Amino acid sequence: MKIVAVTACPTGIAHTYMAAEALEAAAEESGHSVTVETQGSAGSTPLTEAQLAEADAAIFAADVEVRDKDRFAHLPTISVGVKKAISGAPGLIAQAEEAAAAAPAREVAGATSAAPSGTPATPAGAKAPAGPGAASKVRAWLMTGVSFVIPFVAAGGLLIALGFALGGYQINLPEDAPLYETILSGGFDAGSLTAWGALAFGIGSAAFNFLVPVLSGYIAYAMADRPALVPGFVGGAIAMTTDAGFLGGLVSGFVAGGLVMWIKTWRVPRTLAGIMPVVVIPLLSSAVVGLLMYVVVGRPIAAATDALTSWLNGLSGTNAVLLGLLLGLMMCFDMGGPVNKAAYTFAVAGLTTPSATALTIMAAVMAAGMVPPLAMALATAVRRSLFSDVERANGRAAWLLGASFISEGAIPFAAADPFRVIPSVMVGGAVTGALSMTFGATLRAPHGGVFVVPLMGNPLGFLVAVVAGTVVAAALVLVLKSLGRRRPESPADAAPDAPVERAPASTPATPAGATA
Amino acid sequence: MTTSTALITADLVDLDLPAADRAGVVRSLAQRLVAAGRVTDLEQFLTDIEAREAQMPTGLEGGIGIPHCRSAAVTAPTVGFGRSVAGVDFGAEDGPADLVFLIAAPEGGGDEHMTVLAALARRLVRASFKDTLRSATEAATAAEFIAKEVSA
Repeated sequence: MKIVAVTACPTGIAHTYMAAEALEAAAEESGHSVTVETQGSAGSTPLTEAQLAEADAAIFAADVEVRDKDRFAHLPTISVGVKKAISGAPGLIAQAEEAAAAAPAREVAGATSAAPSGTPATPAGAKAPAGPGAASKVRAWLMTGVSFVIPFVAAGGLLIALGFALGGYQINLPEDAPLYETILSGGFDAGSLTAWGALAFGIGSAAFNFLVPVLSGYIAYAMADRPALVPGFVGGAIAMTTDAGFLGGLVSGFVAGGLVMWIKTWRVPRTLAGIMPVVVIPLLSSAVVGLLMYVVVGRPIAAATDALTSWLNGLSGTNAVLLGLLLGLMMCFDMGGPVNKAAYTFAVAGLTTPSATALTIMAAVMAAGMVPPLAMALATAVRRSLFSDVERANGRAAWLLGASFISEGAIPFAAADPFRVIPSVMVGGAVTGALSMTFGATLRAPHGGVFVVPLMGNPLGFLVAVVAGTVVAAALVLVLKSLGRRRPESPADAAPDAPVERAPASTPATPAGATA
Repeated sequence: MTTSTALITADLVDLDLPAADRAGVVRSLAQRLVAAGRVTDLEQFLTDIEAREAQMPTGLEGGIGIPHCRSAAVTAPTVGFGRSVAGVDFGAEDGPADLVFLIAAPEGGGDEHMTVLAALARRLVRASFKDTLRSATEAATAAEFIAKEVSA
């Protein structure tokens, strides 16, 4: 990847050049190339037209206004204070990489610049003018969190799937004392396949327990650096214990990051300044984020989950297809969060007194829960250009995760782009749930995905339902993504959730020194 | 490089800075610049350094402080280098600095004068540069090393 960068500091003697050196070293380290224009006092060699045209992303590390910013209008831009480049250059290169991946490919830009009627033409070969506006910043923060989560999802999910394959669906039953824990605590029998399954499941679960804390922690880290890691991780861990799911983790990540950003602006006596980042900020921010997550976020979520569960229990007489549709919507809303849990618990509770209806409900719920990862796997396979490299890699793992009913496989996609991904997979899940009920597929096992298809009643109907929902959800997400990503290129018509991206790049961005 | 005056000489190096706060350490290094004829007005120079410091602390992660300014009191681009056993707080996030570079630039310095300072700044982010200076035992060796690095 080719990056152009500008470094600048008030005196133009030291930081400008230190930042340039650090960026060049970090780029070389990660196999990219960066050309830095040092706007300092030793004169600056301006970037050439060719360098600007060939670049994939721009980094501004400056505490003063970058000169001639218009030249970068066509590039996705990361804008930080100059010190950030000295202390965290590798992170900036990674962010630039994410930003470049998130921006639409050149061909797409060329094709669409002619499409919307009467809009000013973008410069030839231009990409989305994703300036350092608020929306693109939020997106860069999100993507940092997501990029750290993906390996956890892939490694943990595949191990859990392996656990099911080797140990059978009973491996995590019953809920209060799952089989795999019993096996693992009772000495390991290397000759038993079930024991290996238990081992895989145990390790996979351990990895999965990090999903929400890592997501939350690295969103906070992207926003406000190392001091924000603690409140981010702690908030994410509390989101887990309060069953607030990954949506709770997004909240805690942004709250933690925002809080630390604000605390960093406080004027503190010099004697205190030294212990701010290691003691004061983590302590204070964790306490505040923890309080918020337990009291403000956690309690209402617990109450809402209870309310949802009793509401579902009251629906027992409802039209079966409608119930399937509703459960499908719920399963796909938050992938392991409270709403998903309410629907899943409702279905599993029915298995204790298995009636014919209870078994169809279980089948519908599992079918719908398989849709989000499968749909994202399909979407990344069909239209690669709409996804980043890491997302495509995660998409390949998502096939197996979806087939194993591990809905969490879709979390990286949903977290990165919640307003497009979640509605799409919800519609797909609803289709699947309703179809599964229509076909009358039944299931006695509470988990297992394709591994328990042999135990099903009308397995063909079940599979048709899953495939139909997957196709619908994948198609929807592709449509929403291509609409949403292309439109900001025509300045007159930006996507509704990204109004800032169309701001001319010459508009003074957030003060460049804000993060320093 | 053919600058008329070297960026640094042995008498601009203090491998054992007095245990003092930031202002005290900067003053002690600045006095060496005055003695060497690089700074004409100590108080003016310190005021300019302080003004820059007030904009944003010049401490950097990894134990470095780089007080610097452009000042009418400076006659030639100069760096004073000091090492502190006790550490001096320059406001870096990760704690006090043990390596202090007092960078002085003349007010109206042209580009050719400034390239030597730019070269110095670039060296400052390299771990090997800092390691060598941390292990130097004599002021003359440290000065020679810095002078050689920035002219390379």
